[in-house]
Amino acid sequence: MTVSAELELQAFVLLRLGERRFAVSANQIAELVAPSRVFRFPHRTPKLEGLILRRGRIVPVCDVSEALLGKRLTSRRFYLIALRNYGTQREWIAMPVTGECELINAEMMAAVESDAPHVAGWLSHDGEVIEVLNLDTLTPGPEQAPAEPGARQSAEARP
Amino acid sequence: MRLAAPVKASPAKTEQIILFRVSGQLFAVSSASVQEVRSADSMSGAAIEISVPGLRKVRHVVRRGDRSLFIVNGAMHFGLHAAEGALLFVLRKTRTALLIDGIEKMTTMTRLQALPLSFCHEERQWYRGLTALDQTVVPVVKPEGFLSPDELALLDAALLQTDNFAAAALEGADSA
Repeated sequence: MTVSAELELQAFVLLRLGERRFAVSANQIAELVAPSRVFRFPHRTPKLEGLILRRGRIVPVCDVSEALLGKRLTSRRFYLIALRNYGTQREWIAMPVTGECELINAEMMAAVESDAPHVAGWLSHDGEVIEVLNLDTLTPGPEQAPAEPGARQSAEARP
Repeated sequence: MRLAAPVKASPAKTEQIILFRVSGQLFAVSSASVQEVRSADSMSGAAIEISVPGLRKVRHVVRRGDRSLFIVNGAMHFGLHAAEGALLFVLRKTRTALLIDGIEKMTTMTRLQALPLSFCHEERQWYRGLTALDQTVVPVVKPEGFLSPDELALLDAALLQTDNFAAAALEGADSA
């Protein structure tokens, strides 16, 4: 392998949702945690199940299975905690996943115009072609919200 | 030689809150935002019925001098199972009296975390943020988030109409 080829390799975390595998850039992943209590309260944002408490932080649980598989997961084993960009801000989100995750190094092929917005690119691993996910378009955020005054509230650290 | 004054650890800022339930769901409100707590029964005699299409969460209004307080059914506001509501919170600096099931307790929060940015719909108007209490996450409501300026305008228009009907009915009765 030449040096230039090595440099093109990037680290990805492979996650399993049902029977399918997807990839997320490893630099967006914080940790993989065992299922914990999900706190629910009234809200109107689709695809958000509730919240988990992790290291003193309140982390929203975003179920991406319906968007990716067309159905909701019935069994889940872990939460993959990832960083999601909201403009200049970054926050943790928790994604329920079915199986254990794997860290790999692979070369990513960039997405093309005809790919779905949630596809950041493609990689080939173990004879399988795997979608690399763009979490910023896959999970809910202010850019998908109906335009309303004050919908984008700045982070509050009171009292 | 002078010794530097010892650095005092600044005490954590705290806020007194009231934990309350609506349709079994736990919420918190700053106790400074609650002007009065009344039983729903005590207000029922003074309440006037009001009806605004598309705004089912407000069915009654209470007149207090030249001020009108709109009674907001908390369960309907949050889209929860309809509940009768036993208590009313008259919320300071608003025109809202919030109908709730009951008070759980008063306590203190030391940290209010902003609502995560993933929450991007109406809930951003409903909540100031979230607080973790005894390993539970509780949303802290925004008193001014129960009625939007548009909803208040609709309610004021309906109230004016109700007053006009009443005045016309009174005039009719006097002339008869």
